[in-house]
Amino acid sequence: MIQLETDVLVIGAGGAGMYAAIAAARDGCRVQLIDRSLIGRGGATVMAQMTVSVALGAQCPDHWEHHLADTLQAGRGLCDPLLAQLLCENAELRIREMDAWKVGWAREDGHLKQVHAPGHDRARCVYVDFLNTGPAVSRTLRAQLNRIDAIRRIGDVLVTDIVVSSGEAVGAVGLHLLTGETVALQAKSVIIATGGLTRLYRRNSGSLNMGGDGYALALRAGAELVDMEFVQFFPIGHLAPRMIGMDPIMWDPFRYKLGGRLLNAEGEEFADRYGQAESGNYVLTRDVATYAIYKEVEAGRGSPAGGAYLSFAHVPDADLRKAFGPVIDRLAKNNIDLSKMSVEVAPIAHYHMGGVRVNAAMETRVPNLYAAGEAVGGANGANRLSGNGITEAFVFGERAGTSAAARAKARAASGWNEAAAARALEPVNRRAQAAATPNTAALLVELQALMDDKVGPFRTGDKLDAALQRLLQMQQALGPLPAGATPYDMVCLDWLDLRNMLLVAQCVVRAAIERKESRGAHQREDFPGMLPEWNLNQRLSWCDGELNVECVPTARAATTAP
Amino acid sequence: MTTKTTRLHIRRGTPGAPARTETFDVPFTPGQSLLDGLRWIRTKLDPSLAIRFSCINANACKECMIELEGKAVYACTQRLKEGDMHVAPLSNKALVHDLISEIAPRDERLLD
Repeated sequence: MIQLETDVLVIGAGGAGMYAAIAAARDGCRVQLIDRSLIGRGGATVMAQMTVSVALGAQCPDHWEHHLADTLQAGRGLCDPLLAQLLCENAELRIREMDAWKVGWAREDGHLKQVHAPGHDRARCVYVDFLNTGPAVSRTLRAQLNRIDAIRRIGDVLVTDIVVSSGEAVGAVGLHLLTGETVALQAKSVIIATGGLTRLYRRNSGSLNMGGDGYALALRAGAELVDMEFVQFFPIGHLAPRMIGMDPIMWDPFRYKLGGRLLNAEGEEFADRYGQAESGNYVLTRDVATYAIYKEVEAGRGSPAGGAYLSFAHVPDADLRKAFGPVIDRLAKNNIDLSKMSVEVAPIAHYHMGGVRVNAAMETRVPNLYAAGEAVGGANGANRLSGNGITEAFVFGERAGTSAAARAKARAASGWNEAAAARALEPVNRRAQAAATPNTAALLVELQALMDDKVGPFRTGDKLDAALQRLLQMQQALGPLPAGATPYDMVCLDWLDLRNMLLVAQCVVRAAIERKESRGAHQREDFPGMLPEWNLNQRLSWCDGELNVECVPTARAATTAP
Repeated sequence: MTTKTTRLHIRRGTPGAPARTETFDVPFTPGQSLLDGLRWIRTKLDPSLAIRFSCINANACKECMIELEGKAVYACTQRLKEGDMHVAPLSNKALVHDLISEIAPRDERLLD
């Protein structure tokens, strides 16, 4: 076993994890930043195409309280008001800091350029051209990390469990993927920054490592999850024709800049039938657009591949070129000419509102254990406002780093517990004893299809019950031990991923079964309409191999700062 | 859409053992990527085939770099074609397993 020791351990090197590492080091701690993939290249941040919301007031007057009002409105009454406020109030500090680090936010007339994204009451979202927000943010944070000696960056390590001793987090254990050796990571405090769970779905906009690892780690460590039923579907994910080397959510920036027309198979605009008319502007919120496209397809008015058409054919060539320059050439390589044809789009799993329950210091109920970024649940309630994803990565990352550093400094030692570490590593250490496992890659594909078909944005009790039953069967089929012990063993890796994904999928399904109403990203066809008695957040915990679901009234938003 | 077939010849193995070439016939529809084909092999034929990638389709993570006919390519942006295609791990990097080579920057590795 490879032994490591540090003050603050950060699991996941996307935007939130990198910011957390920088903040913890700034406060005088030694940091280890671990990722299963490469540092700052996996995760969701690098995939972000455009908007980052912040009440700068650079372009028109604004205040973070307006941003908060829009965030709470989008969350359909379920946001944790303290987390939502933290996000909005601290956004400017972080966006300015990123600007000082030369991220390259788009500028116009001497100020940062802000676009008006759906759900916001004014132009509030900064970005980096062209479709380059995620790569620019990742590159900027990597450059900062590299300058700090107190941060050790380690890729290719998959964390398999948090190590808990006497109810407190004391580090983690995992697998060095390149050699297959086990790793012990002793730490005085631990931050989970592993992102969301989009990989549970067949059509998703995330990367491969967004399988909900952090939710499973937190749950098994004794922390609570919250709002797990709310999976955000991005309405206009690319569907057809087949396009390579481009992110499936790339049409969002096109809509910000050029509007575009969303059409059904009969060539009609249809959003107005579902309560939000568009007239050349991009105003459709994500939940309404997703609903509208599903309903058009259901009514037999979908595109050939099963979505809607998105058309920019009315936009002059020169305007297309001005707005997206080199992207137009990349589209041409995919035989897509927007001046002559429309593309097909459909909802695609994009973000998870739910996640690890934390307080405003990003602290879970397990001492020494923190979470940051999309791994955190609660700030966005039942539906996330466009642009809040990267902002929360920065704000929650910084806050988690600061909090975890303060905790680490207050502790003399990690309190590492060899026996607890050995227990956590048991399945991995007993790999050689595994019976023949099923085709893990096929099982993963089956799980994704099951979630798409039965646990998408439109749900019924029958479909959810069937999904839960199948998940339990799949867990049986997976077996108690992983197989395979070669370097970068794909079968072992799939087993470990499936262990987490099946657990997290059950969390989503269980919470969705309980919530007998429709709200934001959770639409029950058998329970249409939002009910005041469901102004509740559902918390999930893991106790002796059982998943417990508990309802708690949502905290009311304070009108003034606490 | 019409389905075509590509014959993928894949160099496989781990460090210290002699490499072998295995051949898989992969059905595809025009427009699909080499990575699509490799993922299809894992799901349908052999889940032990080692290939790494993160972003799947966006060419953002840069992890899926392998050699096609002796030239470095990203598996996610290379399209499948009818007939034979020969793939191998990067020849200028240390082999890890099958198509995976050690690509992390030196200062981001656990072991030297």
